[in-house]
Amino acid sequence: MSISAITPSGRSMKSVKRQRMVRWLIVFLVLWLIALLFVLPFYWMAISSLKRDIDVFRLPIRWWPDPISTYGFERVWTGPHPITKFMGNSLLVAGSRVFGEVLTASLAAYAFARMEFKGRNVIFVLYLATMIIPHQMLLVPRFILYQAIGIHDTLWALILPGMFTVFGTFLLRQFFMGIPLDLTDAAKIDGASELQCYWQIVMPLAKPAIASLMILAFVWSWNDYETPLVMLTTESRFTIPIGLTRYMDEGGGISPSLAMAGAVSSIVPVMVIFLLLQRQFIQALTRSGLKG
Amino acid sequence: MIDGQQRTHPDWVELEPPRKSRKRFSWTPYLFIAPNLLGFAAFTLLPLIFALVVSFADWDVISGMKGITWVGLENFRDGFSDPTFWKAMRITAIYVLGSIPLTVVLGLLLAVGLNGPSPGRGILRLIFFIPYIVNAVAISATWILLYHPRYGPINAILRWIGVDRPPLWLASSDWALPALIIMAIWGGVGYNAIIFLAALQTLPEDLYEASDLDGAGVIEKFRSITVPLLSPTTFFLLITGFIGSSQSWGMINLMTRGGPGTSTTVASYFIYQNAFQYYRFGYAAALSWIMFAIVLVLMLLLWVYQRRAVFYDS
Repeated sequence: MSISAITPSGRSMKSVKRQRMVRWLIVFLVLWLIALLFVLPFYWMAISSLKRDIDVFRLPIRWWPDPISTYGFERVWTGPHPITKFMGNSLLVAGSRVFGEVLTASLAAYAFARMEFKGRNVIFVLYLATMIIPHQMLLVPRFILYQAIGIHDTLWALILPGMFTVFGTFLLRQFFMGIPLDLTDAAKIDGASELQCYWQIVMPLAKPAIASLMILAFVWSWNDYETPLVMLTTESRFTIPIGLTRYMDEGGGISPSLAMAGAVSSIVPVMVIFLLLQRQFIQALTRSGLKG
Repeated sequence: MIDGQQRTHPDWVELEPPRKSRKRFSWTPYLFIAPNLLGFAAFTLLPLIFALVVSFADWDVISGMKGITWVGLENFRDGFSDPTFWKAMRITAIYVLGSIPLTVVLGLLLAVGLNGPSPGRGILRLIFFIPYIVNAVAISATWILLYHPRYGPINAILRWIGVDRPPLWLASSDWALPALIIMAIWGGVGYNAIIFLAALQTLPEDLYEASDLDGAGVIEKFRSITVPLLSPTTFFLLITGFIGSSQSWGMINLMTRGGPGTSTTVASYFIYQNAFQYYRFGYAAALSWIMFAIVLVLMLLLWVYQRRAVFYDS
């Protein structure tokens, strides 16, 4: 076997090259074909949002809206359930969560990664242990807790738990561990306090990791559907995903153009973030892979 | 690296007394972890204790503390003998095993394809990834319309290519679960590919060059180098995928509400229904402990298995 393998038989360089070319072309075509399958639902969503309701389901499928109708978008943005309200709520929740999470997680991560204290390992193991507990198991008791302390059906029910996460602490701790101790030791000899070391040395160096955490926390918060479904009942406090369900008639009679206009509108902000920060986004995800 | 070398430098060790003896007790570290730890205690630890306590009670929450009846282990006994719950567990197993392994395999193939020097790679990566960043409500609203038996584009295309009686999808108790599995795969492949792609780029080039010299073909190289070297990533994606998809019920609530009948009532949705639709909070808590225990045992078994099967570089 090894002998015939060493000489790639008597084929000329030309035919090897041609074979490579053909193989490359096949991979290329297959990839774009799959990509088409992935994009079609979104393309269909986009064109349907600009069609009249009666045209959405007209067969054979029209791949272009004709005539263009902005009815769906008008209803979504200026109708009885304006999406601006939901977006405001979502922004408020996501913004507060990101800010709080970065602050509390980075402080805790600094202590876990760069300070020695009694009970450090015990607490950290406790943190890690709760990471395997399904989020769903916390829904029932959190619901009860929020009823008891009176934050049920307020945005605090979404913000507060998101401000103190084990995931964020763990992610930042991993990164802080990689920053040489000598950097802060030298500053301490010059009289810097731990707080100064944290704020002026470690945090600036950890910008990539902080960016990762911010992006993931924002997108997860923006897209979270299950928590607000359980915790919110008043429409004026709805976040985007829950608000979107207002554009779909509960009775099953969906107005397709309205639903699709809502869907398109809800995607735009995350798409913008993703397009602007694509590299950081992907880095964030691969970094979060560390949690395994 | 640099840090470790300097720390253990002999001069440094001689000049300074051992670190420990210099340390005096300080409150500073505790102040650093306090905000996070207190929030963690209030919103994660305390609720977990609640979840345990409530599972021994019969409680609808709405009637307040007076409405609590302590029932001991009854909720757990009921759970173990509840045929609907076990049917829901079976449906969960089908849903998870139907979607996750295929998602991981497709993600790997896609990553290998994207790893080559094809033009438009950036755009392709973007396209596969979109489902991951779009909220479940927008996705489900679109797919409900796509799956529409009479007027939906999927069946329109199926009829066009000659399928006389295409499936009724979400309206059929046989096809609703496969329809959800197809969606789950579509939604998850891009994320898996991105993670695999990052791992692929860390693989040592020289192994491939060496096997090039041996005249190994593309498939041979994939089988004997790529797959074993990526096995830690594969394992990570399988475990997190299994856990994630066995827990999620949001999509089910949006697409089918567990129906038709109970054909798509996965266990986590059944638990949600018990708590927030039937107000049987104690029973729901007990069921989620049972389910957690089962998932934990299965994941531990998988972990024991991977210690033999997964190749770790060291």
